[in-house]
Amino acid sequence: MGNGILVVCEQENGVPKKTAYELLSKARSLVSEIGGDLSALVIGSGDAADLGTYGATTVYTVDGEDFSSGATGAWLRALETAVNQASPAVVLGAASARTREAFPRLAARLGAGMASECTDLRAEGGRVVGRRPMYAGKAFADVNISSDVALFTVRPNSFPGAAPSGGAAGATALSVSLQDGDLAARVVGTEEPQGQTVDLTEADRIVSGGRPTDSSDNFDSLIRPLASALGATVGASRAAVDAGYASHDEQVGQTGKVVNPSLYIACAISGAIQHLAGMRTSRVIVAINKNPEAPIFQHATYGIVGDIFEICPMLTAEAQRQGIATS
Amino acid sequence: MKVGVCIKRVPGSDSRIEISDAASGPDLSGVSWEVNPYDSFAIEAALQLQEAGIATDVVVFSVCGADGDAKIRDALAMGKKGVSGASKAVRLDDPAFEGSDALGVARILAAAMNKEGVDIVLAGKQAIDGDSSQVPAMMAEVLGWPSVCQVTQLEVAPGAAKAWRQSGGGKREVVELPTPCVVTCDKGLNTPRYPTLPGIMMAKRKPIEVLDASALGLDPNTVGAAASVVSESGWGSPPSRPAGRILEGESAEVVAQLITLLRDEAKVL
Repeated sequence: MGNGILVVCEQENGVPKKTAYELLSKARSLVSEIGGDLSALVIGSGDAADLGTYGATTVYTVDGEDFSSGATGAWLRALETAVNQASPAVVLGAASARTREAFPRLAARLGAGMASECTDLRAEGGRVVGRRPMYAGKAFADVNISSDVALFTVRPNSFPGAAPSGGAAGATALSVSLQDGDLAARVVGTEEPQGQTVDLTEADRIVSGGRPTDSSDNFDSLIRPLASALGATVGASRAAVDAGYASHDEQVGQTGKVVNPSLYIACAISGAIQHLAGMRTSRVIVAINKNPEAPIFQHATYGIVGDIFEICPMLTAEAQRQGIATS
Repeated sequence: MKVGVCIKRVPGSDSRIEISDAASGPDLSGVSWEVNPYDSFAIEAALQLQEAGIATDVVVFSVCGADGDAKIRDALAMGKKGVSGASKAVRLDDPAFEGSDALGVARILAAAMNKEGVDIVLAGKQAIDGDSSQVPAMMAEVLGWPSVCQVTQLEVAPGAAKAWRQSGGGKREVVELPTPCVVTCDKGLNTPRYPTLPGIMMAKRKPIEVLDASALGLDPNTVGAAASVVSESGWGSPPSRPAGRILEGESAEVVAQLITLLRDEAKVL
């Protein structure tokens, strides 16, 4: 049985992602209840020095081209090595493209239990319990894990980011030996997106458009400028994506992305159960719809009964006038 | 190449999920079942490989009881004239499998892939009931095969696959991997075909083989409730939201009011 918590801190362009600070913040309070040390792991070259001031006693780093190449096998071997080194009771990671493949593989390798996409964690009886949505958010349950080490991934924006705690843990470089097959699946290229670059699942503000935008031109002239004026990421309903107004990776809902922003603005989205499944945990929901009976209003913090062709450009202009995107 | 496709039946995406008892999961007795939508992308991908002459055989696998056969038939029915679709299905069914956690299910499927001599496994990126996205990657690990998850474009040649996977922020990574391997399918990969009448007729004659733990050579202690390390409790409905507010007034007023509320009351701008 291990003890303490190991937080896997993902980074982008050499800088820890926001989720790293969210996880460290939560882990710091959990570890004070379950005991043991808090350690952090940064895989792939990057600036890890900063993380030591956020409550981790040890910051493990794994450097090298193989580890920053995106090869799951190498990333997984680094994870395994860090777990063996730190022998934690709990491993935390953000729910991300990387962990969706590597964490289940790590769980299988260790014979460990795993809870995916938790939206809350708590300590109970010396263990960590995860709470997570299932059935696309129509039900929630606690996940209890009895293996020696328990793995959890957490949705972005589930916890506030940490403030520095004043500690100054140094980085400890881990030496990881790759084994046969670790590089069998190799990343040979990366395709950049044509439009936006913020991951919807990590976005703090989202503006989504529905089918009544009625064309990709309208979607581009109503929804995208509003998102840009609010410093938000663009989302879309399934109907808008299926009609070709927005791209597949912009779809929010049960067969698209599940998002968890502070602000979600639904423009001409009626609120079908499949769409609600993807955004119902948003902190503040704004609905703009000309049908006052649209189910989305039952879930909205603020509602405007009106036509998006009128309201969206006005909202865009007002947000621009107030310089919201940069605030 | 022999292609294995993993499917699961799930409550339809428009099902109401009611929780009556915090200790047990939702009551699913009244729901209408469908093949997990992400698994449909996997079936379609397999049939396209069959049409291209790369897949010489397609086999559907499902861990379920006999009540899952109707949805297995739906998967078998996706063939059409000239493309026979999956030749058979394998139902992995044993009382010893009951109560398996994700790793238990992965062990059952892995044993089945080995027994059937599959070259590539296609599965949905997640099942829309548990939404865990764990089983396929765990199966790959149990098999010792490489994997690639959340794939929106796929090319397969004998001995190798090339896959484009979503890596966040709209970016895609291009991954090359040898077979045997496991690939999980995301929306955007293809548009699943509807079953045709001849396909449905053919599916009725296709065999559904049933394999239990002993047929798979599985130690029953490695699967089922006995081996499970994950359990759920405290079931509930989504946290309810406080009643919202409809902003009233002229358009210009409500727009200004909304920005003010978002900034000063909700503090999200």
